[in-house]
Amino acid sequence: MAILEVKDLKKSFGKTEVLKGISFSLEEKNVLAIIGSSGSGKTTLLRCINMLETADSGLITVDGSAIFDGDSDEKLTAQQKLENQLKIGLVFQSFNLFPQYTALENVTLAVKAHAKSRPDFKENHKAIYKEIDELGMSLLKKVGLENKANNYPCQLSGGQQQRVSIARAMALNPKILFFDEPTSALDPELTGEILKVIKSLAAEKMTMVIVTHEMAFAREAADRIIFMDNGVIEEEGTPEEVFDHPKSERTKAFIAGYTEV
Amino acid sequence: MSIDFIGVNLQLLDGFKYTLILFFATLAAAIPLGLPIAFGSMSRFKPIRLITRAFVWVIRGTPLMLQVMVVFYVPGLLFGMPFKSRMAAVIIAFIINYAAYFSEIYRGGIESIPVGQYEAGQVLGLTKTQTFFKVILFQVIKRIVAPMSNEIITLVKDTSLARVIAVGELIMAAQDIVSVYGLLWPLFYTAIFYLIFCGVLTLLFGKLEKKLDYYRG
Ligand SMILES: Nc1ncnc2c1ncn2[C@@H]1O[C@H](COP(=O)(O)OP(=O)(O)O)[C@@H](O)[C@H]1O
Ligand SMILES: [Mg+2]
Repeated sequence: MAILEVKDLKKSFGKTEVLKGISFSLEEKNVLAIIGSSGSGKTTLLRCINMLETADSGLITVDGSAIFDGDSDEKLTAQQKLENQLKIGLVFQSFNLFPQYTALENVTLAVKAHAKSRPDFKENHKAIYKEIDELGMSLLKKVGLENKANNYPCQLSGGQQQRVSIARAMALNPKILFFDEPTSALDPELTGEILKVIKSLAAEKMTMVIVTHEMAFAREAADRIIFMDNGVIEEEGTPEEVFDHPKSERTKAFIAGYTEV
Repeated sequence: MSIDFIGVNLQLLDGFKYTLILFFATLAAAIPLGLPIAFGSMSRFKPIRLITRAFVWVIRGTPLMLQVMVVFYVPGLLFGMPFKSRMAAVIIAFIINYAAYFSEIYRGGIESIPVGQYEAGQVLGLTKTQTFFKVILFQVIKRIVAPMSNEIITLVKDTSLARVIAVGELIMAAQDIVSVYGLLWPLFYTAIFYLIFCGVLTLLFGKLEKKLDYYRG
């Protein structure tokens, strides 16, 4: 069964319909790359799935349970909302690290906050915090930043900040990790280090959805490609299908625009 | 009648005591009280937002001296319940006035925090309250230290307005010396008290700013 299913998702801002009925599914341990020109609704789609925006209608299911159902007006409890939120992680284009905390604190902050509701927290909090710090260090190591654990974001390069934010998202052990143009805010020479980290996560079979303009990377790292255009999924398939044998004229034009430059 | 230098200082110190009480009482209440006013002025519920902003507009748009007189005289005129303590009336007027000013500084600070900080908190599963206290508040504090220190130094000098309803703060104490002993210099000499007080505050705020300077952003 698919780990993520999106059905006929619609979202308007005022009178402009930004998502005009988006449906797709994603298998566990797969990597999905979403491509498409600016303004086509990619960010809005990610934000709706991550509950930063509320879609107008449609259905989003993660691991068999609905995290958004436009047809149901059943109110979720705070606990259910939290559980849904933690099923998915999001890496922002602009990192959004917390500037007053070190790299390690950024990674562990939310994990420590959630640990407070553990029944054994009171008696074991020292051991629990130590365990969380170790988890944080192992994640920083995974993204190649164990020697920057005590640096503040302002002391790190953009690429390093983005790697911290990937570790921060991973710390909550999400079932699916979403990336919204994770390299767009970076100088070109820094994009490689981020793509390398994402590839290493893919090799570990992390389920991921990546909005990207890095076509070579999408082709190499993704199992599936979705091309979005003007609020709809114009084309979907394997990298070979979408990049080498696109069916739609719009997809052809979009990809041709990238290979020319 | 005559008075020596030490005598002048002792009398001025007696007035300065009221200056200090007014200063610290105002800070102690207005600093926390500014926060709900700031939240009110940012409320998504329009009536609350409008009422709060109108209140802040009135307080900031009228002289503090007038507000002191209103707080002191109006309860007596309207309800036949005159203030027993002049000092209490001054303190209340100052708290209201400074809470309104602080609320605007807080609002500016809170609104200057990028929305991405809240969104990062949300996707990490933090509640709004957790995000505010763990992520936002500290960044706001860092951003408002400079404007707050300006406002607090203004408060030092504003305390002299208390004499408008005859509260015996520093300037009033000096004027008493002028009228009783016919000496003019103690009035000008009060400047030393204000300068030293403001100097100490400037140093303290400088230290605080430095302390918060361990990160940028
Ligand atoms: N909060 C918003 N309010 C109004 N319009 C929005 C908002 N967010 C996005 N849009 C509009 O929705 C469209 C799609 O935006 P977006 O999802 O950011 O596209 P993409 O990420 O593919 O560039 C754009 O036309 C954008 O102007
Ligand atoms: Mg976008």
